[in-house]
Formats: sequence, structure tokens, C-alpha cells
Amino acid sequence: MNTSVNTSSAANRAKLAERAYRIRRYAVRMGEVQGQGYIGQALGIADMLAVAYCHVLNYRADEPEWEGRDRFLLSHGHYAIAHYGALIEAGIIPENELETYGSDGSRLPMSGMASYTPGMEISGGSLGQGLIIAVGMALGLRLKNNPAFVYNSMSDGELDEGSTWEAAMSAAHHGLSNLICLVDINNQQADGNSNQMLGFEPLADKWAAFGWYVQRVDGHDLDALVAAFDAARAYPEAKPRVILLDTLMGKGVPFLEQREKNHFIRVDPPEWQQALAILDASQPVVGAEQ
Amino acid sequence: MSNTTAAKPRLTTSAMIASIAGEGQKTKLAPFGHALAELANTRPDIIGMTADLAKYTDLHIFAQAHPHRFFQMGMAEQLLMGAAGGMAKEGFTPFATTYAVFASRRAYDFIHQVICEEHLNVKIACALPGLTTGYGPSHQATEDIAIFRGIPGITVIDPCDALDIEQAVPAIAEHKGPVYMRLLRGQVPLVLDEYDYTFELGKAKLLRDGKDVLIISTGILTMRALEVAKELAADQIDVAVLHTPTIKPLDTATILREASRTGRLVVVAENHTEVGGLGEAVAAVLLRNGVTPPFRQIALPDAFLDAGALPTLHDRYGISTATMAARIKGWLG
Repeated sequence: MNTSVNTSSAANRAKLAERAYRIRRYAVRMGEVQGQGYIGQALGIADMLAVAYCHVLNYRADEPEWEGRDRFLLSHGHYAIAHYGALIEAGIIPENELETYGSDGSRLPMSGMASYTPGMEISGGSLGQGLIIAVGMALGLRLKNNPAFVYNSMSDGELDEGSTWEAAMSAAHHGLSNLICLVDINNQQADGNSNQMLGFEPLADKWAAFGWYVQRVDGHDLDALVAAFDAARAYPEAKPRVILLDTLMGKGVPFLEQREKNHFIRVDPPEWQQALAILDASQPVVGAEQ
Repeated sequence: MSNTTAAKPRLTTSAMIASIAGEGQKTKLAPFGHALAELANTRPDIIGMTADLAKYTDLHIFAQAHPHRFFQMGMAEQLLMGAAGGMAKEGFTPFATTYAVFASRRAYDFIHQVICEEHLNVKIACALPGLTTGYGPSHQATEDIAIFRGIPGITVIDPCDALDIEQAVPAIAEHKGPVYMRLLRGQVPLVLDEYDYTFELGKAKLLRDGKDVLIISTGILTMRALEVAKELAADQIDVAVLHTPTIKPLDTATILREASRTGRLVVVAENHTEVGGLGEAVAAVLLRNGVTPPFRQIALPDAFLDAGALPTLHDRYGISTATMAARIKGWLG
């Protein structure tokens, strides 16, 4: 179900903005259910997920394991709170299920796992594994002559893992043009700023040197995201593709954007409703010119 | 394909993958590679993957026969295992090969999380199990079985010889789920053809009966146990050998049946540390079921082992035929 329309149109941008707003809203509601959650990361990646699920990916909402689907791998399993929002928006899981987030017996555990959730391709969370699995799936798809793409979504902290670079070498070595990696650069990991834990810049140069087609975009610029995804899919050479996304944790809720950054952003009980009110107040209107 | 090894092995540490075949012993060349290549003729889902060790795991035989289904992943074991998981998710049945040390130690989290947590259909076949190289701890996988036994749902196989390996290959390919199989490569001893034996996944097989001693063995120590039984027969000691190539899931019914027969010393023999392998697995089964025969372990010590020539080391650590026979005689008093 590719909902793509004219990629340059303001109408399309407005629709994607509305999708991103709803993904953010779902994530905040899930955070409120548990009183915690990786809400900063979710708000930061919602725009990418909106473009991925509502503009780019081929899938069938009623048949999550359809053989022709594009595979979207969530390597950073703790971003599941955002991914569930995207899966709700995509119609793969029902909206009312978000009330169960993180609860015993729920299909929506705190860290994403393949066996729990429709549309969740892998069990992420042991960081640095997604891109490696993506290499295997991309090789397998090519062997089957299946034209689907494999997308691997990962965090900048995962750049620290050696396995990421084993996968980067391998994908280029095998010319995996059906593999698109998405790196969320929010510059936050468990112990502090990512670039202070293990410096990764110049990141675009690194991926290019490893043999990848590289784009670096503002992860909240919907036009830029659409263009980057389109270019990644259309790139003619037999190279894997990476989109580096500069994002802001807490994006869309100013008091969370400005809060002291941490792997876990502290959210006090009344603030979940305040966050929803802020999102609602700035809700994009479909069809509005921007 | 059968032939014999003629030259006496030099006592040296230089051979990383010295054949464990004894002088004049009947052998078979590359049973794993040939069995996999043959199986792949009728199973298009079979693929081969390795981390720069195709030649040293006999996977090059498969690669030559099925080049489009062979994937060289480079010397990157995390990548090998994770990508094998990705292949399995796309419906293939990958056989991933490396040395046992690298699978069990370097790639463990990828086997645990990518392959086993989703119960993916990946078959991990690893050379240099236990003490089958003189290179020292860097290459001696003395605790691989203990490491893998802890993972839920995985099947763990320690074959004895060429026949075991070539029969295990189609059996583990047929099995749905992850498998770790220890591998012997190159000129592999052929022993079990002289017994009424067929490999069956999950089954222990009584190769010979005896009233004085029951050796419950796995891997190459079954070969040694059979030699021990012949030696001790000359001393009127009657030794039974129960070969247990599947260590997980363990054939507890057969083990309990045999160990319950009274009047026998039970000896568990394995090419593995005494910690967490077949010996402790059998001991736990016996105790849980109230079966308490006289019990001894033949296993490698809980130590980083020396470098050296394999015959020297097998004598030093008590897994050569002569040392095994002597220890069992000693235990019998």
C-alpha cells in the first residue's frame, strides 16, 4: 500500500505532517500508559517513520508477512514506542491496542520483538544487530529475485558497535542495492552525548568510504525526507544506501525538546496530557498550504 | 573415498588442524562438505555461508558444487551468524561454518538473539571442537557445549566420525530450528560403519553392551571408548558404550534405562571441559531421577590447556585411549 502522490506537492507534505502528528500522539499516549518510555526518541523519529510508512514502504496492512513487502527492521528495539505508532498509523495494529503498551501479556512490549508484534520484523535491542540481519535478508531477497527493499533503522549509538561496520563492509562488498540504512543522529546515548562517548564524525565520509551512497538530511524536514527516500530507492549504482538523519529528541513538544537530554527523558505524570495538548494545538490541517 | 593415513604424525604444534585419525585408521575425506553438497541437489533452500574458513570446514566442497548458493562473509563471525539469521528469515536453510571458538565466543550474542530467540532455521557447523588442535586456547573450543547448552531451543550435536557427520547433515537440515554441530574435517576417521548404527537426532545408541562398565560418550571420545572397550576386554573387563551424539535435547530415557542396570560403573566421556558438558548433563538427569550408580567423568580439566602435539595433549589431559583405559581400570580397583 504505497500512498505516494506527487512527491513535491504541498498537499502530500501536509498529509505526511498529519501522519507524523498522529504517530507522535500515539507514542505520547503509550508513554502515559506506563508513565515512562523512550518518548524523546519517539518524537525525534516520528517524521521519518511517517514518510517511511506513508510514502515509501510497500506493505499490506491485512497481511503483514506478505512476501512482496518491503522489510523495515527496528534495530534499536527501544524505539518500539514510535514504531508501534507507525504500525497503528499503517493499519497493521489497531489503535486501541496502545492501551496495553508495556503491560503483561501485551503484543507491544517495551523493546520490540518479532514474535510479539505484527509488522515487527526482528527482535532488536541488542544493539548493532539490525544492519547485519538486513545484509542477510537483502542477500536472500536477491537470491529469490524478490525486488523488495530492506530498511534498517538504527541509532547513532549503534555506530559504536563493531558489528555495524562488519555489516557496512559486507553490504558494499555484495553490492546490496536493495538495502537502505537509516541512522537516527540525535546525539544521545545512555551515558551522554553520542559524539562524546565514541566520536563518529565525519559520518557521511565514513559511510562513503565504506562504499555506500550517502545522504544526510534534517530528520524533521518532510520534503527533504521524501526526496532522500526517493533518491535512495532510485539510485542506479549497485551500492547500499544510507540516510543519515539529524534529529532532535522530543521534537514537537518544546518543554521536552529543551529538557536536559538523557537516554530516558524524565516526564512527570501531568506532563503527558500537557504534551498531547501541545501536539493538538499545533496539529497540521490536511490540505492546508504551508 | 575411503583410504588410510600412512605417515606417523609429527609431534608438533604447527598443525592447526591435524587429523585426529590414528595411524592406519580408516578415514573418509570431507564428509560434511560432500554430504551438504549432495543434500543441496534436492534442497534448493540449502545455502552455505562461512567466515573465511570454507577450506578449513570442508564447505569448499559445497561451494564448488553450488557456487550461487555459497556466501563468503569474510572474517566476520558476528556478521556470519546475523546474516545467516537474515537468510533464514527469507526462507533459506543456511549452514554457517567457522571454528567452534569463534562461534561460541565471538558470535554468541548473534546466535542467541538473532538466530535462537526467533528459533530460526540456521545450522551452525564448527570445526576444531574441544581439544582437536594444538594451538592453545585461542583455537581450542573446550567449553562450546557448555556455552550453547544454555540457549533455549537449540539442538547440540557432537558427532563421532565421518559416518555420523554425513548422516547428521540431512537430519539437522530436516529439523526445524537452530542447530549447533561440532565438525571434524579433512581426513575424518570412519568407525561406526563397523557397528549396527544409524544417526538419529535426539537418540543415544548402544554400540556395544557390557556388564562391568557403561561408558556414556559423545564426539570423538566414542571412538576412544570403543577402543578402550576392546583393550579392557583383554583384561576380562566388559565395557558397554552408549554413544550420545545429541547432547541437547538429551535422550534421557535411554540414559536412565542403561544407567539403571545394576552393577556397572558409569563413566561419561567427552572431548570438552568437565564444566557444563555431557558429564554434568547426565549427572543431573541421574540425580533428578534417583538413579545413583558409581559415577566418574572423563573430560578436559577446567583450565586453559597447553599448546602442543595432540597425542601428547590427549595423554596429558586423559582423553587418549591408553589413559582412559588406565583410569577406568583404576576406578574398578
